[in-house]
Amino acid sequence: MNARALHVPRWVERAFPLIVLVVGLLAIAAGTDLLAGRVFQRVVTVMFINVILVVALQIFTGNSGLMSFAHVAFMAIGAYGSIWFSLSSQEKRLTLPDMPESWFLHQVHLPFIPALIAAGLVAAAVGAVLGVPLLRLRDASFTIASFAWLIIVHSVALQWDELTRGSRTVFGIPQYTGLWTATGWMLLFVALAFLFREMPLGLKLRAARDDEAAAWSIGISSAWVRWVAWVFSVFVAAVAGGLWAHFITTFSPNSFYLRQTFLIVAMLIIGGSGSVSGAVIGAVAVSLTSEALRSVENWLNLQRAAQTALGQVIPFQLVGFTEIVIALAMIAVLILRPSGLTRGREIRWPFGPKLDRPAAVEPTPERAG
Amino acid sequence: MNDIVQFVVSSLSLGGLYALMALGLVIVYGILRLINFAYGELVMVGGYSLLILGKTVWPWIFVAALSVAMAVLASVLMERVGFRPVRNASPTTMLITSFAISALLQNIALLTVSPRPQAVRLPGFFVQTLTIGGFRVKAVDLISLAVSLILLGVLTVFLRRTIMGMALRASADDFTMARLLGVRANGVIAVAFAISGFMAGIVSLFWVGRSSLVEPAVGLQPVLIAFIASVVGGMESLKGAVLGGYLLGFLTVGLQSVLPQSLLDYRQAVTFSIVIVLLLIRPQGLIGGTYAREAR
Repeated sequence: MNARALHVPRWVERAFPLIVLVVGLLAIAAGTDLLAGRVFQRVVTVMFINVILVVALQIFTGNSGLMSFAHVAFMAIGAYGSIWFSLSSQEKRLTLPDMPESWFLHQVHLPFIPALIAAGLVAAAVGAVLGVPLLRLRDASFTIASFAWLIIVHSVALQWDELTRGSRTVFGIPQYTGLWTATGWMLLFVALAFLFREMPLGLKLRAARDDEAAAWSIGISSAWVRWVAWVFSVFVAAVAGGLWAHFITTFSPNSFYLRQTFLIVAMLIIGGSGSVSGAVIGAVAVSLTSEALRSVENWLNLQRAAQTALGQVIPFQLVGFTEIVIALAMIAVLILRPSGLTRGREIRWPFGPKLDRPAAVEPTPERAG
Repeated sequence: MNDIVQFVVSSLSLGGLYALMALGLVIVYGILRLINFAYGELVMVGGYSLLILGKTVWPWIFVAALSVAMAVLASVLMERVGFRPVRNASPTTMLITSFAISALLQNIALLTVSPRPQAVRLPGFFVQTLTIGGFRVKAVDLISLAVSLILLGVLTVFLRRTIMGMALRASADDFTMARLLGVRANGVIAVAFAISGFMAGIVSLFWVGRSSLVEPAVGLQPVLIAFIASVVGGMESLKGAVLGGYLLGFLTVGLQSVLPQSLLDYRQAVTFSIVIVLLLIRPQGLIGGTYAREAR
């Protein structure tokens, strides 16, 4: 026992990471609501939705060790699904003019929350079917197949005019999501992801990630636990998509493609995929940094347009500058700290006995260097 | 008859191009187990070199050679700076690294050149149509057909007849064993990346030559094609990559002339569904590796 040890009920110690995350995120939400202007409120709302997306990815990738590029495709299904359910027949004539009025879907009109859940269930059903074959793959082949799924959903969304208005932008979606709606859903999913990681199913999944053969030998069905995590994670991603759709209110299939995939993968990798804390910290850090960079970028572009002394030294219009910094940060993390900023661990109770718990080490296949 | 000749020539030329794309990807995968997302950006480097150097008065063939050299240089540099530090990490980590490098290079092009597609200077023979023995064929098709066949031949000789080629093949079979027998890891990997960059450079000439435009995302389509061709043919085998490339070439040209327009729009979705199905029923591809590898 360490001198710093402070005796608290066991559950406080165990739930400590979750408490820190919830308090921290609530503080951001409250601070934004009270102090920030409209623009920054928008930024924080989008950031919170991105937190949900990254947490969704963490539920699957963090616990199973398989990197998925397919989650943005499920975000797309959630976004389009939520507008099929939440718009009235009247609104659909404007927003989705190609949907035949004879379709049953054209008549469906649900309140916002049931519509979100319905969209999540549609995506989860698709994910459940897709997961059966897909989850048989390992490592890089899984990632490539999930990437193939991203391309499939993208190209179908570009063509299926009845459901998505094709490559054109859908607009006229009522803005149901606000700062506190996003906050509420985010806290719910952060808590669920945390519980999922600690509950027997999550533990089994992590066991199967670290050593599949050993997990088998103690009777863990790795295929089953992976599948459950996949379906749950897909559901969360789709709900995030629905929330996003009802916040942004205009989007097209290109909103759910490589750019968004790069963003959420970068957030998860930078924060550390092994823990929910990592997912949340990564999403918040990358969102705030890129927002700061973007305003610097805009300011410099304005200087250039105005031909000020500073503006004249900038040789070209700055675009993609923010992405360059994120990509560099991601590469640096992968090289210097492969398990992310949090090293794949949850935030620890700072007053406990100083146990040196072994860090979640990435399984390293025997490779030459 | 004319149609059939045209079909065969354009399938073979497209297939040859696809085979080169797949080879560039597979030659690195064989040794490092790295699926290089940033391979498309090597095509982009080639394309932009073609654009920038094409503004000089130098003869086109010289510009083309320099562009290929730039792609080779970019590839070797990419390995040295980006991939060497993560070489011992899991295949997934390497794949994510390549994804980040790909985003990085694309955005650098976006920032320093232009987000808009730009036209590239092309020599006249690229757009000519020739009449040979009564059959009309596009000159560019014949050239790319010939170039791909010559390159495949040269690569075969290199891999079979030279010490470095044999070291490459040995490393692809069993890297640890090859190193124990004195093959230098850094050297072999650098050569693999150089070959990969060379293929990307050659591909960029013909790929950019088809549309005569370059943009930051110009490498996306080639890298997707390389994925499909190598997954279909077998990631472990160079023969498989070539077979997959030609197969995909015939399929693309064939579907274009057979399918109605409404279904043609879904072609990409269909092709990628085939990839998923193939990964499931034959994860090793049509041609498996030299021997069954332990599952990682």
